Amino acid sequence: MSERRSLWEYANPRKFMGLSGTILPWITIAGGVLLVVGLIWGFFFTPDDYRQGSTVKIIYLHVPSALMAINAWFMMLVASLIWLIRRHHVSALAARAAAPVGVAMTIIALVTGAIWGQPMWGTWWVWDPRLTSFLILFLFYLGYVALWAAVENDDTAADLTSVTCIVGSVFAVLSRYAVNFWNQGLHQGASLSLDPEENVADIFYYPLLVTIAAFVLIFVALVLLRTRTEIRARQLRAYMARERMQ
Amino acid sequence: MMPDLGKYATSVLSAYGASIAILVVLIWASLARSARVRKSLEAFEAKRKGNG
Repeated sequence: MSERRSLWEYANPRKFMGLSGTILPWITIAGGVLLVVGLIWGFFFTPDDYRQGSTVKIIYLHVPSALMAINAWFMMLVASLIWLIRRHHVSALAARAAAPVGVAMTIIALVTGAIWGQPMWGTWWVWDPRLTSFLILFLFYLGYVALWAAVENDDTAADLTSVTCIVGSVFAVLSRYAVNFWNQGLHQGASLSLDPEENVADIFYYPLLVTIAAFVLIFVALVLLRTRTEIRARQLRAYMARERMQ
Repeated sequence: MMPDLGKYATSVLSAYGASIAILVVLIWASLARSARVRKSLEAFEAKRKGNG
């Protein structure tokens, strides 16, 4: 009779370390290869856009990073809810591990957006609903990371940051859907759409899909690596605390 | 081999340069901390084993 396995098994740090140690090299290699292929394809082998000229090449960095900045927050939300409901330490540490990666993705999206916006809109920044909610999401990321660093007790830090994550999710949702909620601002609608009229042209779309896949895999690889580090750091703190008590 | 980026060359190249730099810093920082914590943990476990 086959043993039925559950996803919750990986809430056990030892099992998580075993599985993540096995899959991490493969995810890293796949993410690296796809990033190189996607960026070379997009940069060297796609034409200029008839309206945006060569700035269209920024899409291969701006869209995947913005997508990951928002989705990283949703991943942190799920992990935070698991922590609050089931008290699995690995999920709290995974949320903590994802935050700096989300910060980096948000910075890339903000920087590339500003660089792209300047020649197209004539300004680096505008207080448009999508950009503003994205900036607030960035500030939530910084607050989340600072809160983890400021609170000494790991469980209290996990509780407080989980609540911060739930509140910040409003801005993650707004970052994605602000364009639909308020029909104003300079930022265009979604680059990826099921509506062929709205979706980017195929010649830009396929390399964009490759870079999106690369960013997803790089995100997963970094979160696994950083979660493993957090598990080890927590173990080290526990050893040191035990030694101090002896 | 280098595509002609025209008048937007500075914008495109700076976007790529900044993004790749941020990714490199993120990956390097993650690997460095991972190595540091792993080394500390191994040293601590070796010391504990040594103490019996």
